[in-house]
Amino acid sequence: MNRSTRYVLFFTGGALIAVLYVWGVVGMPSFGSHDHPYRDRAVHASVAHATPNVVSSVNFDQRGFDTLGEETIFFASVVGAAALLRPSKEEREQHAANRDNLLQVLASTRLLGYVLLPLTLLVGFDVVAHGHLTPGGGFQGGVVLATGLHVLYVAGRYDALDRLRPVTVFEHGEVTGALAFVGLGFAGLAVSGSFLANVIPFGTFGSFLSAGTIDLFNFAVGIEISCGVVVLLAHFFEQAIVLRGNPQARS
Amino acid sequence: MNDVVLIVLLTLVGAAGTAVVMTNSPERQAVTLGMFGVLLSLLFLALQAPDVALSQLAVGTAFVPLMVMLTIRKIRGGRQ
Repeated sequence: MNRSTRYVLFFTGGALIAVLYVWGVVGMPSFGSHDHPYRDRAVHASVAHATPNVVSSVNFDQRGFDTLGEETIFFASVVGAAALLRPSKEEREQHAANRDNLLQVLASTRLLGYVLLPLTLLVGFDVVAHGHLTPGGGFQGGVVLATGLHVLYVAGRYDALDRLRPVTVFEHGEVTGALAFVGLGFAGLAVSGSFLANVIPFGTFGSFLSAGTIDLFNFAVGIEISCGVVVLLAHFFEQAIVLRGNPQARS
Repeated sequence: MNDVVLIVLLTLVGAAGTAVVMTNSPERQAVTLGMFGVLLSLLFLALQAPDVALSQLAVGTAFVPLMVMLTIRKIRGGRQ
């Protein structure tokens, strides 16, 4: 494809998107107004299923199929990145003793890392577990859990981080989380005849065991996202710290 | 009152976004990107979207800058 064809393609596509965007924005309710028909229906449906966090209700109850799509996109992108970041022929692992000493950090940074590690993991579990009640859920908590683990790297302990996260275990964890989401969908299909239906008794509004399947979805997503982010970062760390070689040698 | 908070935060997000674009070296850009992420999540919080704010905080201020820094480290290491 030559340059002028690309320009024509870009400007045609860009103009179409601009028209659609302006059309969409003009039709929106004005900023800060009190008239939101979709919000009213979503809140009503959420309260009917004893779910205080309406966002979680939209994600896992009212619009579960969209979330299944998003989880699949995340899953596919981790697999894709892992395939791209696999060691090339020119690269080889260097022994732990030979890795560069850039990991020397201030004692205060190391202490902060050790203090923050359990705190961040606790916050992550809390955000996942209470996703149906308070802001957050499987995605947010999963990312907090995974990045919380990497506080160890900030503390200069890549060796400890490396021992703490056997990558194959987390690869299996990611698959398990993704399958659990689909499995919960089929459970809804088996019990009520519709895929991803919320089939568990809703319980009391606001109590921990409530909102039916939403918390189970949060746990499934939490496992998938935390494991997926750990796997993704593990490949980046492997490339940056463990492998040495000249990536430019091929070009 | 709420309008003032929104105007201040929108201005800060705009300024921080410009700062990210104007930062030349990628390793400094990872830091300005993190600052931009914090401001953006504050804006989401002010717009009463705490779920989105939490996602933005976790992904934009920790996960993405870390990936950028690791990538830079790999590229710089390969040159030696």
